[in-house]
Amino acid sequence: MPLKLLNNVIFQSIFLMSLLIVVGIFIPNWLVFVITKAIAYGLVGLGIITLMRGGLVSFGQGFVFGIGGYTAGLLGTQAGLTDAMLLLFISFLFTGFIGLIIAPLLARYRDIFFAMLSLAFSMVLYGILIKIDAIGGSDGFVLPESTYFGISPSPEYADYILYVVSILMTGVVSILLRYYYNSTPGLIALAVRENELRVEYLGSSAFNVTVLNFTIAAGLGGMGGALNGIALGHIDPEFTYWTTSGEFVFISILAGYLSVPAVFLAALFLELVRSFSGRYFPDTWQLILGVFLILSIIFIPSGIGSFFKQFFDKFKNK
Amino acid sequence: MIDEILTIILDGAIYASWLFIVALGLTFVFGVLKILNIAHGGIYALGAYSTATLVPIFYSLGMPDQLVILTMLVSALAVAIVITPIMERGILRRFYGQDEVLIVLVTYAIYLVLEDVQKLIWGMNSLYVYEPRELLGALQFGSLYYVGYDLALIGLAIFCGLLLWLFLNKTKSGKIVLAVIHNPEISGCMGVNINKVYLAAFFVGAFLAALAGSFTAPLISVQVGISVAVVIESFAVVIIGGLGSIPGAVIGALIIGMARAACVHKLPEAEIFIMYFCMAGMLIFRPKGLFQGTQARKI
Repeated sequence: MPLKLLNNVIFQSIFLMSLLIVVGIFIPNWLVFVITKAIAYGLVGLGIITLMRGGLVSFGQGFVFGIGGYTAGLLGTQAGLTDAMLLLFISFLFTGFIGLIIAPLLARYRDIFFAMLSLAFSMVLYGILIKIDAIGGSDGFVLPESTYFGISPSPEYADYILYVVSILMTGVVSILLRYYYNSTPGLIALAVRENELRVEYLGSSAFNVTVLNFTIAAGLGGMGGALNGIALGHIDPEFTYWTTSGEFVFISILAGYLSVPAVFLAALFLELVRSFSGRYFPDTWQLILGVFLILSIIFIPSGIGSFFKQFFDKFKNK
Repeated sequence: MIDEILTIILDGAIYASWLFIVALGLTFVFGVLKILNIAHGGIYALGAYSTATLVPIFYSLGMPDQLVILTMLVSALAVAIVITPIMERGILRRFYGQDEVLIVLVTYAIYLVLEDVQKLIWGMNSLYVYEPRELLGALQFGSLYYVGYDLALIGLAIFCGLLLWLFLNKTKSGKIVLAVIHNPEISGCMGVNINKVYLAAFFVGAFLAALAGSFTAPLISVQVGISVAVVIESFAVVIIGGLGSIPGAVIGALIIGMARAACVHKLPEAEIFIMYFCMAGMLIFRPKGLFQGTQARKI
């Protein structure tokens, strides 16, 4: 019985979430901020993982990241909507909807062409965003202070509350996603990865699964973008730039497509490398990141997630 | 009106020519090694930097001015000679045969490293080498004046493209490369040293990137961040033309160059995203580009 409980996704998630929330009280404020940003990036990475299960990698998740961020930002500044949870949720829905519209276009492509077309989309958005002066052009704009159920927290607790909110929402999303991965379309995605043509012959639609995966990935990316915007308090077109998209791909390759928590671990790793080398080697953080990235691809080609999976598989066999 | 059209055509052609040299290297490397090299932009920047370093040294030696072209060639060659063994032998070789997108990420990592290497070697200041640009004087078209050097770039682009095309199609070594492009395994069985072909192809690609960098250096201020834009622009070119196709790169470069020049003169707001727009449009209607043959699906 206890072993069975340990293998229960909901139990694991609630345990992890409460652990993180408690730990958040004791760790310094900068680390809380770093983890919140890592969760934002991890959400986008989770989207790419969802696509990766179907054998696709998007090199343009900056597209949905930017849309999510700008949705939250514009709702905040133009419509006066400042409730963080509501903003995250609306960004999720809206970006998912945009994803659903462009997914049929993208789902026809595979491999490098899928990556390149998604990249093209994100760069078109970038080109448009830096030209619209009404929303700050290349400088972007500042988001209003966020509130929670109508209460605006005092500044020293604001970071922590956003941290808790992001953990709760991400936890729920992760659980739902775990169930999706084990559902019929989630498992067909794995088959599509192995051999698309056979899946079609067996009567399932690889196209539909890809559309569904892309829509989910878009929603997650939008939520991540909104969270990143709210955490930073600022949004600019850099959200959609191809180098940002590259970081998302980095997170998902480092994590591998086998495990959900691994994605957040990878994202946290990226953020920590970035903040530490940004602080101690401000001119060479890209160099450190690049070297680290190459080494991790050489030595753990199937990602951190493969360790997790090995660990839990051992557990199950006992 | 005529002047305006002529300006657009000439500006577009000049822009297209350097873009073509970059894209030629990118498309050739993809054709042979099946690697879409993001770090190509980084090599371009290294070429520009090395020219900006070597040309002032050349002038301090007091040699005849015309030889500066030779210096620029040497600086591009030096970059290719240094970078090829490190990138191809050292890093990329480990990933041959793996997922294309994974290799793209590896080259992205190399690109990040190269960005900082530039900063470490040359610092954050802009470098200027305008002297070579004055070498060929100015030419007059109607009421327009063009710098001779800029127009010579068009010649250089045509020369590079033609040379590579002739090499591939008219020489024995070129045919071997084509065989490797078509099927590396069978070529290997026939006694072709694949690793050597890959190394040589990567060298040519890197040299072309560095060459474009070193001949563009006199037109721009060489500074941090010149590689970022080049990456996407050359991607757009090869995507439009079809990955791995030389004629495709010509057409792609011309489309992007002309579209951009037309935008600069007629619709400056659209200048930034016109090329992404072309790229997205092409991918939607002809995903494999203009010059990509059909491929059999493997079950």
